[in-house]
Amino acid sequence: MQLKTLLAATALGALMVSPALAQQISVKAGVLNDRSGLYADLSGEGSVIAARLAVEDFKAAEKGIKVEIVSADHQNKPDVGSTIARQWYDQDGVDLILDVPTSSVALAVNQITREKNKVHINSGAASSDLTGKACSPNTVHWTYDTYALAQGTGGAMTKAGGDSWFFLTADYAFGHALERDTAAVVTKAGGKVLGAVRTPFPGTDFSSFLLQAQASKAKVIGLANAGGDTINSIKQAGEFGIVAGGQKLAGLLVFATDVHALGLQTAQGLVLTESFYWDKDDQTRAWSERFAKLNGGKKPSMVQAGVYSGMLHYLKAVEATKGKDAAAVMAKMKEMPTDDPLFGKGSVRADGRKMHDMYLFEVKKPSESKGPWDYYKQVAVLKADEAFKPLAESECPLVKK
Amino acid sequence: MFELLGVPPQALFGQLLLGLINGSFYAILSLGLAVIFGLLNIINFTHGAQYMMGAFVAWMCLNYLGINYWAALLLAPIAVGVTGVVIERFLLKRIAHVDHLYGLLLTFGLALIIQGLFRNNYGSSGLPYQIPAELRGGYNLGFMFLPTYRGWVVVASLIVCLATWFMIEKTKLGSYLRAATENPTLTQAFGINVPLLVTLTYGFGVALAAFAGVLAAPIYSVNPNMGADLIIVVFAVVVIGGMGSIMGAIVTGFSLGLVEGLTKVFYPEASATVIFIIMAVVLLVKPAGLFGRAA
Repeated sequence: MQLKTLLAATALGALMVSPALAQQISVKAGVLNDRSGLYADLSGEGSVIAARLAVEDFKAAEKGIKVEIVSADHQNKPDVGSTIARQWYDQDGVDLILDVPTSSVALAVNQITREKNKVHINSGAASSDLTGKACSPNTVHWTYDTYALAQGTGGAMTKAGGDSWFFLTADYAFGHALERDTAAVVTKAGGKVLGAVRTPFPGTDFSSFLLQAQASKAKVIGLANAGGDTINSIKQAGEFGIVAGGQKLAGLLVFATDVHALGLQTAQGLVLTESFYWDKDDQTRAWSERFAKLNGGKKPSMVQAGVYSGMLHYLKAVEATKGKDAAAVMAKMKEMPTDDPLFGKGSVRADGRKMHDMYLFEVKKPSESKGPWDYYKQVAVLKADEAFKPLAESECPLVKK
Repeated sequence: MFELLGVPPQALFGQLLLGLINGSFYAILSLGLAVIFGLLNIINFTHGAQYMMGAFVAWMCLNYLGINYWAALLLAPIAVGVTGVVIERFLLKRIAHVDHLYGLLLTFGLALIIQGLFRNNYGSSGLPYQIPAELRGGYNLGFMFLPTYRGWVVVASLIVCLATWFMIEKTKLGSYLRAATENPTLTQAFGINVPLLVTLTYGFGVALAAFAGVLAAPIYSVNPNMGADLIIVVFAVVVIGGMGSIMGAIVTGFSLGLVEGLTKVFYPEASATVIFIIMAVVLLVKPAGLFGRAA
């Protein structure tokens, strides 16, 4: 009898202790991105700031979750990124890795995260393979992907009469994926792909490739590149009279930070696809204002916004599961709808794809802009299920058909 | 229409011309490196950062002081050249007597510091700089559209390269310089101020880099990494041409631009590596470089 009472008391005690244990969840998040190269402005320290804002807004400390954020520079090199990811998971006790632009690095981190059974929430990389044939139960691909960019910009340009294309493709995983996905959209809409040229990454002089594109007589020149490569190609296309000669440029991945670097004089009229623009509504403006104060006056890119949103959702899942077990947290993240001030309501699909609307923007003329960072006017909204690849067509083995 | 090596001749001529334009940048930059190496025996790894500074100074002139492109073409090299003089006087001079490697490490470290400072202040994605109004537009050459500005780049760099060559090889000042390169002690004994000559030479080499930077500002993205991306190629150019050879640097600069241009037509993926392949071959066959004398 006494033993039974004792056992019951112990069980009761254990029950009472568990909330106390929940108070002590400590999470270590690593923001891994380009902090010094051509993608540093669109990810970089800004993504770290965004992650911190998420912790602040979640009021993690009040909910008994202690969050530590570390960051590192992967220099856009898969080997550097892999080494850091392994060290973080193996030695530094990092639970999740955020951001990781540059698809080649992202695919490597995706693989390592799966091996180590941790969590990777990708915001910066574009390749749709992250939720396609390389999909992983441990990865969520948050902000955008090459499929959505292709649907947005590629679809819009083809519909507007641009039925023959030539690609300038950055010669690595991302460029290849973007070219492949856009070519599929173009051919599906009845257009033709006349050719493509693979440009070394990162590049400075694109005039030679632009001339090849010009000689192809394609109506649209698709720029399957990003960051500094895109800036240089657009600048030089203007110089060689390519737009004046009647060919259209399609910047398949252009960020607000790129437009800022190009200046409206050069960038005006460019059509592009993004999932977030700071000036969309009151909530995004208010958040962007806070962000800019911490980021030297620079407004957030969609990649940085995605880091915030992803971090927030992860913390919600940790709170709900009262732990940081990767499998449980991932399951919770996929089960719970997402909701935050930047991307609105959405969900995470079985293949790890985060679903939200995408927007087609056109870059304003200098006369239309009220000042720095007032760059876009919205042309169209792509609903999440038309922007992202339908599960029925997915190559991801996690998707049960 | 007949074809040359499977490519229409129009396209080929166009690409050759573009190669020449890129070669112009290689030529000015490798010339500056060669001049500095010739007299100071220093492998100036800060060269890329100084090229970048040239472009940024042009941008600052325009945006802070309202100084246009033409004045910047003169002012930026002077301003950056002055920083070069300061670096030589206060840093390089102190390590002139020790092994080359120290100079290389010092200038490499300086390059990283300068790039870091610019990145912190201006971000990494770059700043807009428009082509000056006088040089906008272009000519239709039949086989390609040549932007006026690109034509200007080739002309300007040819003039600067040849003037530099003339000054070093054909003038009295140049003869002092060459004498100081051969035997600084003896030259000093003849009453020539060799330390001053060394300082000015470094300043001049740096100014050449800044000049290339201003030329590049309207056509390439003005960002803190623009020099780092280019400088490795330029080093390869110098190695191929032969360290310290003035004409060698100029000729190799232009011709490697051409080779790279051709690679972009036939096998674009290799265009970033072709120069290094040539470098490896040259090092195997003629280690002193195409125009260099064996030490």
